[in-house]
Amino acid sequence: MRRGQAWAWVVFGLGALYFLLPLIATFIFSLSIRKSGYTFDAYANVLADPRFQSTLGYSLFIGLCTIVVGILIVVPAAYYVRLRAPKLRPIIEFITLLPLIIPAIVLVFGYIRLYNSSSLLPLTSSFVGTGILLTFAYVALGLPYMYRAVDTGLRTIDVQTLTEAANILGANQMTILARVIFPNIIVAVLSGAFLTLAIVIGEFTIASLLNQPAFGVYMQNVGANRAFEPAALAVISFIITWGAMGMIQLLSRFAPKTARKD
Amino acid sequence: MAEEFLRIEKLVKTFGGNAVVKGVDLGFDKGEFVTLLGPSGCGKTTILRMIAGFERPDSGRIVVEGKDISGLNPNQRKIGMVFQAYALFPNMNVADNIGFGLKIAGMARDQREARVEEMLKLIGLAGYGKRYPFELSGGQQQRVALARALAPSPRMLLLDEPLSALDAKIRVSLREQIREIQRELGITTVFVTHDQEEALSISDRIVVLNAGNVEQFGKPFDIYNRPQTRFVATFVGTLNTLNGTVADAGAKTVTLGGSTVTIPALPATARNGEAVALTMRPEAVSLANGAARDIVLDGRVAEVSFLGSVIRLKVDLGGNAISLDTFNDQRTPPPAHGSQVRVGIASSDVLVLGN
Repeated sequence: MRRGQAWAWVVFGLGALYFLLPLIATFIFSLSIRKSGYTFDAYANVLADPRFQSTLGYSLFIGLCTIVVGILIVVPAAYYVRLRAPKLRPIIEFITLLPLIIPAIVLVFGYIRLYNSSSLLPLTSSFVGTGILLTFAYVALGLPYMYRAVDTGLRTIDVQTLTEAANILGANQMTILARVIFPNIIVAVLSGAFLTLAIVIGEFTIASLLNQPAFGVYMQNVGANRAFEPAALAVISFIITWGAMGMIQLLSRFAPKTARKD
Repeated sequence: MAEEFLRIEKLVKTFGGNAVVKGVDLGFDKGEFVTLLGPSGCGKTTILRMIAGFERPDSGRIVVEGKDISGLNPNQRKIGMVFQAYALFPNMNVADNIGFGLKIAGMARDQREARVEEMLKLIGLAGYGKRYPFELSGGQQQRVALARALAPSPRMLLLDEPLSALDAKIRVSLREQIREIQRELGITTVFVTHDQEEALSISDRIVVLNAGNVEQFGKPFDIYNRPQTRFVATFVGTLNTLNGTVADAGAKTVTLGGSTVTIPALPATARNGEAVALTMRPEAVSLANGAARDIVLDGRVAEVSFLGSVIRLKVDLGGNAISLDTFNDQRTPPPAHGSQVRVGIASSDVLVLGN
């Protein structure tokens, strides 16, 4: 048993090293802008850059919109499938997995073709329209994570009985979804939301081809023209992503508890 | 005769070509406690769910207070329901759970709080309003579920095996409490169970269902003592069967174990020489020690089951086996396994059941 435990720690240590070593190297490199010693100047340069603030703000805003739209689409859909159409589940799961299979470049070319300025719905002809298009593209990208998170949340509660119990007490479908189902899967929904945010913050391909001032595009630009600032940006981006992941862990403590067994 | 409160007319329901409810007709009076009793798959829960509105009948009607409710959604029926799995909302505390239906109905906050307090007192959980479902035992949760169902003053209460998930002692105390509350409120209640003891102890009337059909509908006393079919007799309680031969159909005599006995319940359709199955409850059979039993048979004790206040003996009568119940007597131990005994049966307690 103890021998097995030691091996487990060795494997864990090697894995951690493989993962952390490049990160540590990047961090050290980001501090090496001056020959005289380590400094946070690269971080100061990045944070002082108005484009950093505007692109991060834009990406956070688009991320928020993506989360809201994603929740509005995914929660009712996953609830309906679980309650009324369980046979559709494999098909829905397959559809939600498509964004993982179809490259983002294919997706964005499809969007541009469908919504260009000479199409029936010329979304790309305005900044707001392109922002909407980008939001929906990110909803599609986040679909595998959001759907799975919501579906896992729904699996932890007795959807059918809770629905019926609320229904016979006079509640309609909308009320049931808003007051009974949603509050009980909120932690799962937020997990999906933070995963989506983590994807949106660093996304480059779609934002770049739609010519939007997103954080991913800014990171690429800085990376192409500077040496130490991209390393600082990478570390900042990691901190944001890990912060989102940490929020998932923190929120899971507030999940509504299931009944105790007698 | 007053009109029935709930009438079920020619109710049919099929699932994927499999008929689960096959033209059921029933009528319940106002304030009555009726139990739908039957084995798994007999259609009892499906009937309950059709009354609630969770399932739509293929044909037939459900009429409450003279109005057809078959087309209404569950939230339009003004019916309360308690589920086997409690179904309390985990994100709400006890008070919010009980007040949920009242909130949906738009009741003012102060009125709602007063009603919740009233309900908490009714179920004996005053002061538990702020607790969450996970902090309660199974029995307490089911009481909260009952209060939640009753809070909006529904016109009818449906109970879908509410005691099945509880342990034996809590089950008995909760069923007594449910019955007490039901009597106090005078609410028409339909209770579903597969437990015959539960059904017999709690109900005004029982509907015994088998394979989607009503086998018998009557008072617990009649269901137990005057079963109309073999299914009812065997499903509700234990039944002894003795095989005899009709000796004289006109005189209602039957040859049993070498002696001829008179069976008042022998049907007029019986023919001389025909095999006949005579049935009786274990408590209708006794160890023949001077009691007024006109059928006396000799046998050997094959099994002794000590059940506490009652001792159940299985007696081998040579070709027939019979179970009998005798009260525990602290001074006299039960007959030993293998010992010879004489059993007595009152011929008036013998039933002759068709299939």
